[in-house]
Amino acid sequence: MIGTVLVANRGEIARRVFRACRQLGLKTVAVYSEADRGALHVRDADEAIAIGGAPARESYLNAERILEAARRARADALHPGYGFLSESWRFAEAVQGAGIVFIGPRPEAIRTMGDKIAARRLMAAAGVPVLPGSFEPVADVAAAEAVARDLGFPIILKAAAGGGGIGMARVDAPADLAPAFATAARRAHAAFGTGELYVERFLERPRHVEVQVFGDDSGNVVHLHERECSIQRRHQKLVEESPATNLPAPTKAGLTTAAVAGARAIGYTNAGTLEFLVDENGGFYFLEMNARLQVEHPVTEEVTGVDLVVAQLRVASGEPLPWRQDEIAQRRAAIECRVYAEDPSKGFLPSPGTVQRLELPSGEGIRIESGVEAGSTVSVHYDPLLLKLVVHGTTRQQALERMAEALDRCMIEGVRTTIPLLRRVVASDEFRRGRVHTQMLEQGAFNA
Amino acid sequence: MPEEIKAHITGVVFQLTTKPGDRVAAGDAVIVLESMKMEIPVEAPRAGAISEIRVREGQTVQEGDVIAVLE
Repeated sequence: MIGTVLVANRGEIARRVFRACRQLGLKTVAVYSEADRGALHVRDADEAIAIGGAPARESYLNAERILEAARRARADALHPGYGFLSESWRFAEAVQGAGIVFIGPRPEAIRTMGDKIAARRLMAAAGVPVLPGSFEPVADVAAAEAVARDLGFPIILKAAAGGGGIGMARVDAPADLAPAFATAARRAHAAFGTGELYVERFLERPRHVEVQVFGDDSGNVVHLHERECSIQRRHQKLVEESPATNLPAPTKAGLTTAAVAGARAIGYTNAGTLEFLVDENGGFYFLEMNARLQVEHPVTEEVTGVDLVVAQLRVASGEPLPWRQDEIAQRRAAIECRVYAEDPSKGFLPSPGTVQRLELPSGEGIRIESGVEAGSTVSVHYDPLLLKLVVHGTTRQQALERMAEALDRCMIEGVRTTIPLLRRVVASDEFRRGRVHTQMLEQGAFNA
Repeated sequence: MPEEIKAHITGVVFQLTTKPGDRVAAGDAVIVLESMKMEIPVEAPRAGAISEIRVREGQTVQEGDVIAVLE
């Protein structure tokens, strides 16, 4: 078993991993930037090491400094969290090269899934449905137009090295293709170092449903059921729940079977998620695989009763999967709301600042994963996620009631947050009836 | 009548999309700020010529700081 775990991350996810480490009696090491000197995650760890300036590229994206910290702390394992370097196969490889266990999939799996076109090809070959589109990068506007003519508009341009919605652009007509191509390529280049794009058919009003998978070194792969994540802005999730409401049984069975087949096809180890779009007829299409722990993993934990992070630590230590497929059941209903420092009344404009007041609910069925406290600085340099509010209930109805009440009891002052919007989502008839799709928030379904 | 263009959020200057002498239309991005992993343009409030850019790339600006002057 590993003994000392360094978490190459910050905020709520670093704290979440530390908690799992403590449960297993492992020593914990935090790293922090100048901006995070007094942060909660720093105080949570047994040891904390400064790694550089506030901009992420000087600290949380600085692989050299992080490896140096790991050596200094004699860490024998490293958890990357999500974001930052978590999906850098080069980083995973460098960690292993330093003789440190990387708590996540093998670098080759990260590399394959990070190349969204390679992932499409691989999934299609494994029999997983993918959206019609290009299986090669489109070199220029003319190439994109040729694919688009075959598919019919609207189409969506996506970054080959993409993820998180960056470098994505919907195109409704041939005339819009050239400017959209230029913008998407520029954004992709700025974010990923390559402007390569590919084309997919654009689905109207799809749902985003994903499947949590887990593999071990012996080639065992299980799924931990689905999460419904359709409430999004800028292609990023705000609300997640499990089980997914109104998901036809054949669709659900198809999704989990496809997810396991896809994970097996790449010999996937540790925790990962296959994301799918589900159309209005229950058809589903592979979107991408996140080769890491996801922000919304607590939803699955609350529903199934398993601890995904503890399992990550065990499997990374070489232990077999702690559960058989038939032991993993959806026992309850769970919902997660992401509280971001953004102003939903101004198009989700970032709202950095200082948290002046923070009152959070507690009680039966309520779980909080927070990276901040009263007095915390919310920096311009990092993702605006402040905390996650997770509830479970025996039924979805009970979970909904608990979430509505929990949101009412959240008081945050000093920065604007998504709470007012989250309250409207949870109170809305569409959400309550499970009639959701990924475009509804931006189409104004939950406007005040 | 010169008009100061102010940052509407706190962020880091990601890109200067105009330079002194450039003509802009209302709504054009004068500079692009990056805040919390998002790119947010600071737009020209009206048409005119940029007479001055008061920030450089990588600089942190606070909400309300003057980033440019419109002629």
